[in-house]
Amino acid sequence: MATLTLDNVRKSFGATDVIHGVDIDVQEGEFIVIVGPSGCGKSTLLRMVAGLEGISSGEIRINGKRVNEAEPSARDIAMVFQNYALYPHMSVFDNMAYGLKIAKTPKDEIAARVATAAKLLQLQPYLDRRPRELSGGQRQRVAMGRAIVRKPAVFLFDEPLSNLDAKLRVQMRLEIKQLQRELGVTSLYVTHDQVEAMTLADRMIVMNAGVADQIGKPLEVYENPQTEFVAGFIGSPATNFVPAGSVGVSVGTTVGIRPEHIKLSAEPSRLQARVAYCEALGAETLVHLRLDNGQLVTVRQGGHLPLPTEGTDLWMGWHDASMMVFGEDGRRINAV
Amino acid sequence: MEKRVIFKGWMLPALLLMPQIVITAIFFFYPAGQAIWQSMFVPDPFGLKTQFVGLGNFEYLLNDPYYRASFLTTAIFSTLVTVVSMGVALYLAILADRLIKGSGTYRTLLIWPYAVAPAVAGVLWMFMFNTRVGVVSWYLGLLGYDWNHVLNEAEAMGLVVAASSWGRISYNFLFFLAGLQAIPRSVIEAAAIDGAKFWTRFRTIVWPLLSPVTFFLMVVNVVYAFFETFGVIHTITSGGPQQATTILVYKVYSDGFVGQDLGSSAAQSVILLFVVGVLTVIQFKFIERRVHY
Repeated sequence: MATLTLDNVRKSFGATDVIHGVDIDVQEGEFIVIVGPSGCGKSTLLRMVAGLEGISSGEIRINGKRVNEAEPSARDIAMVFQNYALYPHMSVFDNMAYGLKIAKTPKDEIAARVATAAKLLQLQPYLDRRPRELSGGQRQRVAMGRAIVRKPAVFLFDEPLSNLDAKLRVQMRLEIKQLQRELGVTSLYVTHDQVEAMTLADRMIVMNAGVADQIGKPLEVYENPQTEFVAGFIGSPATNFVPAGSVGVSVGTTVGIRPEHIKLSAEPSRLQARVAYCEALGAETLVHLRLDNGQLVTVRQGGHLPLPTEGTDLWMGWHDASMMVFGEDGRRINAV
Repeated sequence: MEKRVIFKGWMLPALLLMPQIVITAIFFFYPAGQAIWQSMFVPDPFGLKTQFVGLGNFEYLLNDPYYRASFLTTAIFSTLVTVVSMGVALYLAILADRLIKGSGTYRTLLIWPYAVAPAVAGVLWMFMFNTRVGVVSWYLGLLGYDWNHVLNEAEAMGLVVAASSWGRISYNFLFFLAGLQAIPRSVIEAAAIDGAKFWTRFRTIVWPLLSPVTFFLMVVNVVYAFFETFGVIHTITSGGPQQATTILVYKVYSDGFVGQDLGSSAAQSVILLFVVGVLTVIQFKFIERRVHY
């Protein structure tokens, strides 16, 4: 258990800046998810915390102690890699015991700790197998087991679920969440999947081009995005953006409206558009409408409502409160 | 799933196999058969007629102290060549693998010696270490060391081992580097996070993962040391001094073409053939078992 602090951390490769000063304060036992599109610097940031990448400026502290210059092994962290990075020539047991053996832990304690982790992860039947004899989900568990047995101060996860198929991903997501709750270890988790971020995070950090755009609880971020990027990135289907002028808003340049906040009706309302096509998913229906300027707008409505006929003109209406107004710099202007 | 192509009839498959079979027959089966045939005869001193002696040539050879000494020489020589060329290559590959800038240049430069034929490499080393005009021996002389591989048996062995290993380092280097680069970076990083320092990582992660490459190179290098080093030995020491560098394959040549004892030479070839066969079987049977995955 530990706190983790990033203080104006920057990273540049030559003249290119990839991380432009990130500040994070992670509390004890907190689960922080860093989410962002590929190339936004989130993995680099995680690797900097792990000590696998140098820090150009700023400071990283674990439990209040500066670790900028510390070797990865001296930082008291454990990392789960995207491709699991298991040792292919070792059994599952040896994979998990490797770090403890190097730390010269007594044999019986190694056996006990691995047994506990294996039980927690339901890996007992596989302890003698080699990684290549395991399925993707099992390998993922071994990677987690390897992290757990060392009882580190901080867990680092680098897109640990992206190599799994969709069903397994949902299942492992839940397992990771339970595990982290049970162990209460401070965790930093990197992903490009906003659903993972929303479901796992105590607090999440939305990164965009090397900048932490917003830090907050998932629902806060969802309901109150501070930038146009965050509004567009978090939420699926994505927020609709229309020019402020077209919906009668005098401040700002762009207005964002979430698909679920738009109501469709035949009565004249705020904007008229033509139904392009519908996606009925059962519980809900996604209606895609085309505006006069050719732009597509997505509306999410309950699955019980009648499907609009494609090609008909409908009016879209919404409450003032659900409009998110953004200025020219992409920052939120709250006043409408 | 393995994809199998089924041919109708036998003409096409036979035709496709033909080139390989013809080459193997002309360059392996025919000479090997001739060697076995010849090994059972003794020619007269003028080479006019031969006399059948059965296994007499083999019997004579196995009782010959010079031939036994040549066995030992070969064992020492091939072990040294394999260890030196693979050791140096591995060291260079590890350095090149860690390199970020200019690794292409290093790689290219390190591959060059492979392009030099063994006989040419032998001549190069012979001139460098020539007791009268050699650059290296002259410098050694300045340091107070009197280099003379023409008289000193250990120095002669050292020189042919160095010359034979030198060209081989490039080849081994390429394979080791490819092997090192095939190890996922994240596995090394995971080991670093697990607390393993460089040497521990090498011993417990890199070396085991490299073992298929190492095993392959060992087989290839032993075979190289047995046969292809002929040119090096011929140009540098001609098997001397006092047969200190006469390895089996060189003895085949010197007894057959210099000593004109074609029967004995053929018998030695047959023994060599047998030894290499056994060696390969041993290596694949026993050493491969300890190779990881």
